[in-house]
Amino acid sequence: MSTRQYDTVSIGDEIAPLPLPLDRSFIVATAIATRDYQDVHHDPELAQAKGSKDIFMNILTTNGLIGRYVTDWAGPDAVIKKVAIRLGAPNYPGDTMTLTGTVTAKDAGPEGGGTVEIAIVGANGLGNHVTGTVVVALPSSNGGAS
Amino acid sequence: MTDTTAATVADPYSDAEKAEFYEQLQAFAGQEMGIDQHGSDPVNVPMIRQWVEAMGDKNPIYLDETAAKASVHGGLVAPPSMLPAWVMRAYGVDRNALGPNPYADLTALVESHGFTSVVASNSEHTYDRYLRPGDEITLRTVIDSVSPEKQTALGAGHFISTRQDYFDQTGERVGSMLFRILKFRPKPQAVTAAQPQAPTARPLRPRPATTHDIAFFFDGLNEGKLLIQKCSDCATLRHPPGPMCRNCHSLRWTTLESTGNGTIHSFVVVHYPQVPSFDYPNQVVLVELDEGVRIVANTLDISREQLRIGARVHLVIQRCDDDLSLPFFALATGQDA
Repeated sequence: MSTRQYDTVSIGDEIAPLPLPLDRSFIVATAIATRDYQDVHHDPELAQAKGSKDIFMNILTTNGLIGRYVTDWAGPDAVIKKVAIRLGAPNYPGDTMTLTGTVTAKDAGPEGGGTVEIAIVGANGLGNHVTGTVVVALPSSNGGAS
Repeated sequence: MTDTTAATVADPYSDAEKAEFYEQLQAFAGQEMGIDQHGSDPVNVPMIRQWVEAMGDKNPIYLDETAAKASVHGGLVAPPSMLPAWVMRAYGVDRNALGPNPYADLTALVESHGFTSVVASNSEHTYDRYLRPGDEITLRTVIDSVSPEKQTALGAGHFISTRQDYFDQTGERVGSMLFRILKFRPKPQAVTAAQPQAPTARPLRPRPATTHDIAFFFDGLNEGKLLIQKCSDCATLRHPPGPMCRNCHSLRWTTLESTGNGTIHSFVVVHYPQVPSFDYPNQVVLVELDEGVRIVANTLDISREQLRIGARVHLVIQRCDDDLSLPFFALATGQDA
């Protein structure tokens, strides 16, 4: 796993899409790993009683998956600074969410390297589950981290 | 919205009552929530392992000590998005046992005016530094802001933002989170036995792909105007927006504000597939505006029986959510028909 360099990234670069099949175990395992015990994330009957068609993914998992998606692309020397998301259609079991990302801005740091802004979309069968931006610091090719 | 069988929402409050209510809500802005919350355990590898296994995250800096040391992080760190998990309330702990809770009071006040449904809208994490095993995290939560009443696709409601600041054992801030929810008064739904509609968690309408060429159109709607693109050279009108005049190929253009009067040129009624941000049956009309261009939109308070080609309609711009306004068409009243 090597780290992407600030200098080799261009505005408009696209990150390879990551399709995530949303099986029931995945939605429950991630909810519990994020310590979110709200019933709507693991109990279908109670979720339906609250007006949802089924259990659905919790928000902190959406954050975690976006973090993973960005560092899968950026590598171990990347440092995530900010994740701002807007939430839309729920992630229900049986659907697939596909994450896509595009580099939208670059900001060079004073000592080489710099930060890169990535626009993220996570789309499922109902529409956009999430849209947002991630700011991540990348090192320069001569080794300087920002 | 186009659900013609739903009753119109009666707003039970006058403007003066709303202003007074908004003032009461404002008193909560800046209030701290209860006591500081401390993580039950310091940042630790077992919880990190459970997280990265569930997420499928293969970044070696979280579990592989050698790779982590060789990286810019200089040692094992926790996934940054895990920040809130370190102080997440344990299973079975009653929130009210954690001290005074102005957020509960605010929620009760908002609900007393009928804004009983909730949907999360935004989350914004900022990381000052990555956490390392051994870090002890404390959370302080503040009610950041309460919006005036907004008309959204889900119904009228108030946006409530909270700010969570996270501190380490030395008292230094390590990160923060802004979290925004919408408490809304659910719209009455057309309920049929076959298809009970959930009043909660309805997603917002899809975002338009706004480019340089089309931004003026949605900006205009947000200001309550339906703008038609007009060639600066030959004055030909065009819609949908595009960079070039199809008549004289000029790239220079300006806009004309539509009177909003027009005629239904064609329509479709969409039954399937059903997208949760729309009401069904979903009536989509192609309206020929009196200015001469045609525009696609939803209908407003037009029943299936009234929907016919040639019907005179007029424009109603509706705010669907915090940053989206869209054109709808209602039957023209006698005067402008």
